Amino acid sequence: MCLGIPGRVSAVLDEANGLVEVEVSGVRRAVDAVCVADPDAPLSALIGTWVLVHVGFAMSRIDEAEAMNTLRLLAEIGELDAEVSAMQGMETRA
Amino acid sequence: MNGTLRFIDEFRDPALAENLFAEIAVTAARIAAGRDRPVTIMEVCGGHTHTIFRYALEARMPETIQFAHGPGCPVCVLPRGRVDDAIAIARHKEVIFTTFGDAMRVPGAQGSLIQARAAGADIRLVYSPLDALALAKANPDREVVFFALGFETTMPSTALTILRAARSNIKNFSLLCHHITIIPTLRALLEQPDFPVDGFIGPGHVAMVIGTRPFQFLPEEFGQPLVVSGFEPLDILQSLLMVLRQIETGKPQVENQYRRVVPEDGNKAAMAAVAEVYETRPECEWRGLGTIAESGVRLAPAWEVYDAEKRFDLTLHQAPDPEGCRCNDVLVGRIRPWDCAAFGTICTPENPLGALMVSSEGACAAYYQYQGMKRAG
Ligand code: SF4
Repeated sequence: MCLGIPGRVSAVLDEANGLVEVEVSGVRRAVDAVCVADPDAPLSALIGTWVLVHVGFAMSRIDEAEAMNTLRLLAEIGELDAEVSAMQGMETRA
Repeated sequence: MNGTLRFIDEFRDPALAENLFAEIAVTAARIAAGRDRPVTIMEVCGGHTHTIFRYALEARMPETIQFAHGPGCPVCVLPRGRVDDAIAIARHKEVIFTTFGDAMRVPGAQGSLIQARAAGADIRLVYSPLDALALAKANPDREVVFFALGFETTMPSTALTILRAARSNIKNFSLLCHHITIIPTLRALLEQPDFPVDGFIGPGHVAMVIGTRPFQFLPEEFGQPLVVSGFEPLDILQSLLMVLRQIETGKPQVENQYRRVVPEDGNKAAMAAVAEVYETRPECEWRGLGTIAESGVRLAPAWEVYDAEKRFDLTLHQAPDPEGCRCNDVLVGRIRPWDCAAFGTICTPENPLGALMVSSEGACAAYYQYQGMKRAG
């Protein structure tokens, strides 16, 4: 919940409501981009950029190297698979 | 230390790691000369705790350094009474109770959510409060309640979900809010009379939201250094060295090692949503720490219709920590987990007595899980 997971913005889902699609390790899901969006630019400006996603909300824009390092960290501490399955809506932890 | 040699190649940049370990050792030795206890550094965030154990950072430290694993694991500090509240709400026939998976096994006085689910309550794991809101939309004849947990890192997500519910006019949705805030908690720790900590590794993702300024009181009022840190092992080593240098020079301040993610001012959109939706609770209960003034939030009066406490007319449960549990002493760094008689006997990850055994970010569970690595050091 606190580490977040890096993903790459792949599409705009709902401009008015600040929703984008983010791809994380091959999984795509809707993510709220309100906290990283530039108020003066359309959401499409985010497409292709990396963001750090916490519980379905993009909280920070990061560069690709940072994204790769964080994905590696998550894999090494054994959190990556659980996080990705949880994103897909699968129950893994209980 | 054999452990150092054995594991160093796991680091992304082993040469840099080696240098940092060496620098840390000589700096700590200089500080420790002339004092009778190790330099004690508290990492506030459970994510840091996890990294410290996974990479055996503690085992590789010289004897002059000790970590105190702080209170920054939200499920670890979830009090028993709050779990009982959640179960009481989840038992309502019309309710779909939704929660992050981590909270499922936390023991309340009346069992855990996982036990309540086995007994028939409709309790579902969700990844995001957005998923809970989607469930509400898809099930208009049910009441969907989301268990809003976590520090400032997850607080914006539930605040924005409430704003979204209001915009979409979804009415069968509410929060059981147990969001907690780190600043009053750090202050409460520092005000304890025998608090043995010399400096702090600050929580990176809390600071990503609130910025670095709210931590200024540590150096200013308590003479304590704090370095906001990233989560890679190299980040933590670097931050630790920065803290040690501050201790050595006697000039405590707030530094930001995690600039690549943490702006000094935090995230304005996130803070605005939090300020709009939440208000400070007069007090909030913590497992292992008791009651701390102004350390949690609840929905502000304008958003009361989304407050599950109001909707279900909940009388809050109070349940003291269980007998024999020494989570408080471990949390503030007064004892090590294995000094608790329950550790590994009546308290294990499969059957946790205290909360520090529940999540892999809790100090006791981390020691239990990584003990092999620790011994290797
Ligand atoms: S061993 Fe269990 S009861 Fe003892 S301090 Fe750790 S979590 Fe608490």
